[in-house]
Amino acid sequence: MKSQPVHQGRLQTPFYSRLEKLDTVNEWHEWKGYSSADSLYCEDTEYFAIRNATAVFDLTPMTKYRISGPDALDYLNRLVTRDMAKVRPGRVAYAVWCDDQGQVIDDGTIFHLREGEYRLCSQERHFAWLQAAAIGFDVTVTHETEDVAALAVQGPTSFSVLNKMGLKGLEELKPFGLTHFDFQGTELMVSRTGFTADLGYELWIDPDKAEALWDALFEAGELFGIRAIGTHALELARIEAGFLAAYMEFLPADETVRTGRSRSPLELGLEWLVDFKKPNFNGRRALAEEKRNGSTWRLVKLDIEGNKPAHHSYIFENAKASKGHIGFITSAAWSPVCKQNIALGTVKTPHGKPGDTIWVEIYYQREMHWNRTMAKATVVDKPFWFPPRRGATPPGPY
Amino acid sequence: MTDRYDAIVVGAGHNGLVCSALLAKSGKQVLVLEANEQVGGAAITREFADGYSVSACAHLLYQLQPEVRKELNLSPTLSTDNMATIALAEDANHIRLSDGSVEGVSDEDAASYRAFRKRMTRFSDLLRKYLNKAPPRLGTRDFKDLATLGQLGFDIRRLGKEEMQEFLRLIGMNIHDELDERFESPLLKGAISLDSVLGTHLGPRSPNTIMTYLYRLAGDHGRVAAPQGGMGSVSEALAHAARIAGVTIRTNMRVKRIVIENGRATGVETDSGERLSSYTVISNADPKSTVMGLVGAKHVETGFTRRIHHLRSKGNAAKLHLALDGLPTFEGLSKKDFAERIVIAPDEHYVERAFNPAKYGEYSPQPVVEMTFPSFRDDSLAPTGKHVMSAVVQYAPYALKGGWNDDEKDAFEQAVINTIAKYAPDIEQRIMAGELLTPADIEREFHITGGHWHHGELTLDQFLFVRPVSGAAQYRMPVDGVYLCGAGTHPGGGVSGAAGRNAAKAILRREKAA
Repeated sequence: MKSQPVHQGRLQTPFYSRLEKLDTVNEWHEWKGYSSADSLYCEDTEYFAIRNATAVFDLTPMTKYRISGPDALDYLNRLVTRDMAKVRPGRVAYAVWCDDQGQVIDDGTIFHLREGEYRLCSQERHFAWLQAAAIGFDVTVTHETEDVAALAVQGPTSFSVLNKMGLKGLEELKPFGLTHFDFQGTELMVSRTGFTADLGYELWIDPDKAEALWDALFEAGELFGIRAIGTHALELARIEAGFLAAYMEFLPADETVRTGRSRSPLELGLEWLVDFKKPNFNGRRALAEEKRNGSTWRLVKLDIEGNKPAHHSYIFENAKASKGHIGFITSAAWSPVCKQNIALGTVKTPHGKPGDTIWVEIYYQREMHWNRTMAKATVVDKPFWFPPRRGATPPGPY
Repeated sequence: MTDRYDAIVVGAGHNGLVCSALLAKSGKQVLVLEANEQVGGAAITREFADGYSVSACAHLLYQLQPEVRKELNLSPTLSTDNMATIALAEDANHIRLSDGSVEGVSDEDAASYRAFRKRMTRFSDLLRKYLNKAPPRLGTRDFKDLATLGQLGFDIRRLGKEEMQEFLRLIGMNIHDELDERFESPLLKGAISLDSVLGTHLGPRSPNTIMTYLYRLAGDHGRVAAPQGGMGSVSEALAHAARIAGVTIRTNMRVKRIVIENGRATGVETDSGERLSSYTVISNADPKSTVMGLVGAKHVETGFTRRIHHLRSKGNAAKLHLALDGLPTFEGLSKKDFAERIVIAPDEHYVERAFNPAKYGEYSPQPVVEMTFPSFRDDSLAPTGKHVMSAVVQYAPYALKGGWNDDEKDAFEQAVINTIAKYAPDIEQRIMAGELLTPADIEREFHITGGHWHHGELTLDQFLFVRPVSGAAQYRMPVDGVYLCGAGTHPGGGVSGAAGRNAAKAILRREKAA
């Protein structure tokens, strides 16, 4: 193995020079070693770029692994709960992977790049686990986060922007599809994926071409309201989409110390991703047993009355909170686009069936003083935001 | 496919034979498939030079369990029973250990040794009780598991307060510290050190060597015997018992894989491509080759694969067989002493120093040796007037730096012979033929990953509840219908039959519950 110098301090993504120019608030945080912007000028404006125009988010720090070799499919099929044989080349699959106890380690997307060659993306790093999973398989797992620059291009006008940039035939790309283009002599991969539940794409390219791609994108997007965004705006869109985030809706099972602090896919509303027809995958035995005996927890999407976000709230069975709490909120926000007070939470079964009414204890501060209110919440089973334009192929020319 | 066996056992090692025989006695139709020509696995007698035979791997019987003897109606003929151990001294003032006492040392040492053995025997008796039980699972509500666990706790407590503390203090400790505290005689300390480390990748200063010593005593209070006709005769007797019980044994049938369909075993496929069908497949092979080879990683989960992959199972004991045209002359030994077990471990530091190179992938230039001359009381093994020597030699690491080749083997063999020659100068002239089996040879000949005779280091982290690994400690693998019955499972190696018997009981119990 070639030795590489150890980076000191935070890494900068290949798009840093461009982000830095747009940045006016200087609010950054660390994401897996990289500097990642919380916001670049105004969270609200950035958010509305996602929902009303085109938002560009620097996805480079997202963990990426290349998985290839004769046993790649067998390997992935044992690793994740869903049937990867159904994911043809040129398709992307959302997937979740568990330990032997059926507890979620992480969720992510698996890109079937070409026959037998895959890329797995996730928020967290999992090299040790992926290596352990490779024991006994003829497969190569390569960490390639640094080797691929990535942008999320999301929002109703995103197709128009990319079309104007010259990506011919992109209109045929269906949700969860991927395709390759030539960009100035370099391969540009475009997938119709994202973290916003809106029309949107993700762009993947060699880091050397990152700045050129950014420039071309922003030039094409000028009249389509293109804006760079930070993670705060994306987080709001993520909650509206009802997507899970590690360390919010679940803890990676290998990071938990106390029993009962991890979650199974069944407890996270991901049963549709668990294919018991597969004879073996990590966690299958434990999950089959959980399915027989019932789960302890249930993930709920909540529509809460009022307009005060239910951050960190306890959830109760009734308004008097007389019986002790049945769970707690994991993510909460006022949704500007839905005009709803929304939240994701985790409650003990049998509570939290779709349609159930439960109560959320919200604390909020007014001029230093704290107030408490019990807010009625309805369990919903659909994502809060799921516009038809997300799935339309060809996409509308907004 | 029309014939479906109730159970197929992969490998006719002694545990596989015991397991198959006990299953057959419960009315099961059992097939045993053995890769080699002979049954017995590492417990066979084999000709290594024209007219000279020897136990090819295991050569002494420590612990064939009375339960196994009784249930299978076995009474192996022993050429020598209750062998003494003679620890050789360069000045010919050898010492002799037998029946829990020692001769040839000071009165203080002799008294200390009796006390030491008494206490160790008490502890090993406790262990012995659990050799013949499946280890309890932790964290279940199963009554039997809880009862066994409770019994274990109770048995430890019942030693009495002081003895319990002593047991808990000693169980993870190294033998060297304990010996240093108790004894004067270097020779005595060396001999006990040897007993603590034989067959392991441990030196007397390694933690856990008191437990390995206890394990040695646990079989039959440390009583050692040599079977008439070599170890193969025990295996033959077991195979005979199995056949009487109705077991079909087929040799020269190497199993390529265990067939898994829809997450459960449905049979096996042999090297020749033959498919044999059964919903219960019991592997007598070591855990690593069972999981990584026969079952395949794709049929088990990642955490389990990782634990199996990390099992420590690299052997460090070699076997040396010599064909001799007469008995060598050991100064200070009488002729009848050739019936005993003769060891070279002049002091505990010698043993530790012999271990040192092994840590770095080198063999011991001055090895530790356990010799027997089985032909002395057994004329079936060598022509009249001639003899064979069978020796276990340490340390010969499986993963020798640069690998084992003929040059390395010759050099190590010479080092062993030079070591013996210090006590029996004429040994070299007596040698007519020799054979050295390194752990690499043992792996190849007996299909044991790493050539470790316990199929996995016998240490606290690979013992009882976690032998071979958690998730398979009750003979049942995390694939429906696949079981383990070899030395890699509880309680471990040695020709005891305990693992095979426990496995058979676990399988029958499981069937009853289903």
